Amino acid sequence: MSEPRASGYFRTTYARDAALLDTRAQKIWLAILCVVLATLPFVAGPFLLDLANQVLLTSIGAIALMLLTGYAGQISLGHAGLLAAGAFTTGILVKEFGAPFWVTFPASAATGAAIGLVFGLPSLRLRGLYLAVSTLALHFMVIHAGQEYETRRGFSTGVVIDSPLQDPRAWYFVLLAVAVATILFSLNLLRSKTGRAWRAIHAREAVAEALGIDVRRAKLSAFVVSCAMTSIAGCLFAYYRGFVSAEAFSLFVTIQYVATVIVGGIGSILGALLGTVFVVLFPYGIEALMHTLGLAERLSSVVFAINYAAFGLAMILFLIFEPQGLVGIWRRVQAWFLLWPFKQRRLGR
Amino acid sequence: MQLAVNIAVLAAIYALISCGYVLIYRVSRVLSLAHGELMMLGAYGLAATASLFSGHPLVAIGASVVLAFAVGIAVYAALMWRMTGESVLAAVLATIALGILLRGAMVLVFGTQTQYPLQNLGWTNASIALGSSARISAAGLALVVATATVYGGLFLFLRATRWGIRMRAAGQNPLLAAQRGIRLHAIYALAWGLATLTGGMAGMLIACDAGIESTLVTIGLKAFPAALVGGLDSLLGALIGSLIVASAEVLLIHFVDPLLSDVVPFFVLLAMLAVRPWGLFGTREELDRV
Repeated sequence: MSEPRASGYFRTTYARDAALLDTRAQKIWLAILCVVLATLPFVAGPFLLDLANQVLLTSIGAIALMLLTGYAGQISLGHAGLLAAGAFTTGILVKEFGAPFWVTFPASAATGAAIGLVFGLPSLRLRGLYLAVSTLALHFMVIHAGQEYETRRGFSTGVVIDSPLQDPRAWYFVLLAVAVATILFSLNLLRSKTGRAWRAIHAREAVAEALGIDVRRAKLSAFVVSCAMTSIAGCLFAYYRGFVSAEAFSLFVTIQYVATVIVGGIGSILGALLGTVFVVLFPYGIEALMHTLGLAERLSSVVFAINYAAFGLAMILFLIFEPQGLVGIWRRVQAWFLLWPFKQRRLGR
Repeated sequence: MQLAVNIAVLAAIYALISCGYVLIYRVSRVLSLAHGELMMLGAYGLAATASLFSGHPLVAIGASVVLAFAVGIAVYAALMWRMTGESVLAAVLATIALGILLRGAMVLVFGTQTQYPLQNLGWTNASIALGSSARISAAGLALVVATATVYGGLFLFLRATRWGIRMRAAGQNPLLAAQRGIRLHAIYALAWGLATLTGGMAGMLIACDAGIESTLVTIGLKAFPAALVGGLDSLLGALIGSLIVASAEVLLIHFVDPLLSDVVPFFVLLAMLAVRPWGLFGTREELDRV
């Protein structure tokens, strides 16, 4: 899906074709975004700041899943397991060896990469449904290993970690830096040989192989990169919450991450970000809606159930009515403004 | 001896659930990950009809079974028919979303307390002695009997009746089947109805044994490896897969570690996927391979 452009826009060199920022409008908007992001923590209250941190934290995992599912076309239903792997690596290293941040961070990434290799192995033989199922099975195994550690060591309620950072404002900048690094890394990877290979195996494996792409390598690299990134998100999650517990990584978390990809729009980093914002803000939106309707008092005990039901409904609505996700809506709005006063109408309807 | 009885009951549970996965997959190539929730809905249906028709337990059971069938048809008519012809991923995700929706809605409607539909029916769950060293609960026995009946019925239905043969035709080649005048939507709806009916029966019987809790959904998910081990498109495979998974689970829990209960089925699943991904009795072409 290409971005809509104003008329008179031509790309004349390959360098321009590969450029991340190419029109002046993009540069201006990016500058405005930078200013907004930099001033946000000094303007926002603690609640808004926590929300922003959650969005940034979730966006890392969402982008990782988008690389794997949206670009390389490999389904994973094991992303909560990977977050758990990163979080537990961090928790165990801190608890058992008192490891500092600069040890746990690469260790989590390495664990994620190793698990990614294991997650990826079935993908060499299996496709579609069967792959989804095998990642689901691995999810249960990672969670089980975590629970096993908890019970063996007597942390039945979870592992408590002392975070080196306490100030939410400092956290905001750390998370922002990691998220931006993730985005830049992904965008760069996607315009490189690896990224093109991923898109090729997504479209059709047989053709990709005929074109000289090493399908096994492309699949495994997609799994390793995505899993390492998710594991890093898990490590940050552990420090941010100051607490690691197997219960925090239920199947619902996986579904939330898959929802960021679906709701955002498959095959777009922007989509992953939009989807993240949607998924993170959704429960708060429901709560706010209940307050305005005056139902919050009466339904306070079943808030989570309302969340589940509404979330499922939202996912179904997106799947049926807007398969291209939020990014599809965004592109249509852009196109509408660019073409104004003319309208684009599809023929044959 | 007691171990053998435990294995038989667990295998019956898995078999009764997994035939729903197999039915839907075989007919429409969709994997329903909402099966656990639909199962639980069936159990709540029994609890509701039991208090509605109190004093007439047989009427209540009949009504709840019909209700489960209707729910399956409704799920297809409301949601899944739109997913026909979409990618596998979209259909699976739709069932996942449906599962979450149902999970939330069930808590809203029925609350979070554990319910015991057997009490509403006015029956007790007696413990029956089998020989000298083993005991089985009445609900457990009912489970084994129900599974045997359901499988017998399904084999007959798929082999001998007109609709069963149509169903097999639609599963084998939807395009040809449609061209021969078979209404695919009706067949798919019937598959969903039957799957929900069998799943709902499993839910009801488990609920009679242990009450309705949120763990029912997990049991539903654990039955999936049983279906896959046997081969996702084979009913016989589901039966044998259930036996394998159930014996592995019961034996490992008994001899190694009770905490393993939730992961054993998935261990078996992964082993199977590594060795023979199409399952024991599945068709090899079924696998979407390059």
